[in-house]
Amino acid sequence: MLTIGSPQLKLLEKLCNAMSVSGDEGEVRRIVLDEVKPYADEVKVDALGSVLVRKQAKGKKSMRVLLDAHMDEVGFMIVKDDGNGFYEFRTVGGIDERHLVGKQVIVGKDHMPGVIGAKPIHLTDAGERSHTVSEDSMRIDLGPEGKAKAGDRATFATKFKRVGPSIMSKSIDDRIGVAILIELLKQAPYDIELCLAFSVQEEIGLRGATVAGYHFDPDLAIAVDSTPARDLPHYDGAENYTYNTKLGLGPAIYPAHSPVISDPRLLKFLQELGAKHKIPYQLRQPGGGGTDAGAIQQVRSGVPVISISVPHRYTHSPISVSRVDDWKNTLNLLHVALQEMTPSLIKSRA
Amino acid sequence: MSDILPFLKSLISVAGLSGDETPAADLIKKQWTPLVDEISQSALASVHGLKRGALKKSLRPSVMIATHMDAIGMMVVRIVDGFIYITNVGGIDARVLPGTPVTVHASGTKEELYGVIAMPPANLLPDGEGSGVVAMKYLFVDTGLTPGEVSKRVRVGDRVSFGTEPIEMSGGTISGHTLDNRASVAALTICLEELQSKSHAWDVLATATVQEETSFGGAYTSGFQLRPTIAVVVDMTFGTGAGASGYQTFPLGKGVTLGIGPSIHPFLYKRFKEVAERVEIPVSDDLMPEYSSTDADALQLIAEGIPTMVVSIPQRYMHTAVELVAMKDIHRAGRLLAEFVASLEADFMERITWD
Repeated sequence: MLTIGSPQLKLLEKLCNAMSVSGDEGEVRRIVLDEVKPYADEVKVDALGSVLVRKQAKGKKSMRVLLDAHMDEVGFMIVKDDGNGFYEFRTVGGIDERHLVGKQVIVGKDHMPGVIGAKPIHLTDAGERSHTVSEDSMRIDLGPEGKAKAGDRATFATKFKRVGPSIMSKSIDDRIGVAILIELLKQAPYDIELCLAFSVQEEIGLRGATVAGYHFDPDLAIAVDSTPARDLPHYDGAENYTYNTKLGLGPAIYPAHSPVISDPRLLKFLQELGAKHKIPYQLRQPGGGGTDAGAIQQVRSGVPVISISVPHRYTHSPISVSRVDDWKNTLNLLHVALQEMTPSLIKSRA
Repeated sequence: MSDILPFLKSLISVAGLSGDETPAADLIKKQWTPLVDEISQSALASVHGLKRGALKKSLRPSVMIATHMDAIGMMVVRIVDGFIYITNVGGIDARVLPGTPVTVHASGTKEELYGVIAMPPANLLPDGEGSGVVAMKYLFVDTGLTPGEVSKRVRVGDRVSFGTEPIEMSGGTISGHTLDNRASVAALTICLEELQSKSHAWDVLATATVQEETSFGGAYTSGFQLRPTIAVVVDMTFGTGAGASGYQTFPLGKGVTLGIGPSIHPFLYKRFKEVAERVEIPVSDDLMPEYSSTDADALQLIAEGIPTMVVSIPQRYMHTAVELVAMKDIHRAGRLLAEFVASLEADFMERITWD
């Protein structure tokens, strides 16, 4: 069994604390390039900024397997300098604006500290407090001598923390997938040709994966992502049937997520591997919320795909929560999958 | 200029919610002990520092400078499957809470647990309550621990404080939680430092009060115990910023404010104004038509009544985890207080008039 030790935690901490808003993924790209170069046979940065890595199979020509994890995170773009250190901004990716007021942020390449303030409660009445604050009325405040410019990216300032069985951080979605891909590369070679796409712009329409999938032309692909766990109490104690996934039950394997139906052979293969190696796994409840698999499935003449995610609570918020054991079990399930995969897996439809 | 920043940062790195101010009180006592002649705590835990004046004891009036040291925050009301439901201690707008880092002060094991305030999705809330503002009673804290680990540690009634760390921002500003009112405690500390080399006739009663955010309980009781001749309250006022404008707001870094209204004795206002002009500290008038919403509202009513004054430091985003204050204004408040104290003559109370 591969384990999650101090080097893996340190790498994930570095990845999570970096700023990598969709369209400006340079910080994470630099970390990824440093990590993969000593282990890869081929590394390139493509036209959109994704890092594409190839590791040849141990033996002779075998099937080509693509693993994808996205480097980008949801965040903000400064759109207007209002003067006196106040900046108008827009969200990039799906952020619930109810998570924004009263938060610390970092802005630009130098991570300038700022805050998204809120009107003091003393100056509001109950009517006003019953309405959410709209994004366009908020400002990022960098202090009176703030120096940012329109086009700068920003993100939540929360720092990675290890707490008991959990990690708590911004951007677990999908730095945990990035960390898993890096670790798998370090375990290579396998009997397959391993292709890794550290893709960009997932949060704004799976754009990096679309062209990375085309580039590699794989025989099959697995998106390694992080999916919401809504295993939270119902307000009146009723059973929560719509949890999507639960923390602590292992990697979430996707039967389907709209509009992508996973390849049934891959779905069966992964479940059998879990049972055989006693690696806990769970099936993600079918429903909305996409991964890069949706883009890769439809490149060229089509690719069999599936997604596997490490569950996290509180998606796209300043602090998400994941379990270290789910991370470890996801890593191990993928590791044995790469070890035991053969071309026969996708030869027949029996 | 004294370097008050490290002390202020330490003050806003601890909790000290209303009714449980010990972590703040301990830091304040340590900082004030070398600056005052006597230091003690009241029955409700307000910190009382006495710096004696130069006049003969029998003739010596006293000026209380009151800064509340308690913090707003939250308290545990119930625990369900390891999720910790909360209620507010002091005034909190539920809209600022989702996604905020907090510290749970676990009484079961005397640990400080990191946590985040979570907003449940719409399908776990009553119909119609999921898409807009989610009420505080539906929010809960997730500590990342398992239900078993939480139940061993956390009890109903435990405090939950904001977990944001202090951060220095541009233009000499600082952001964090509980700058309301620890920034004023820092200003009073600067005042005490300045008074080390200034002669003053009156006794100075440096006071860090408890429970301002919930009941003015510290001001009522410390005011009664100390019976100052006059009282000056130092607190926060509203900083101009996103969403906040109008006569109640003041620009950050442009000076402190002097209260005008029923809680304020006009003669004290006048003296502050004269002193500020003499030592060139910029001040603005802070209009308080009915209440000051500070400890002054309590102090003026003690016993036969106490002439009171309110001096305020502008602050953006009051009662959030990202309050913002200019260090310059804290220094100005501290210096102004010291100059005011030094200006108090032996016969000041004979001159104090209403007209």
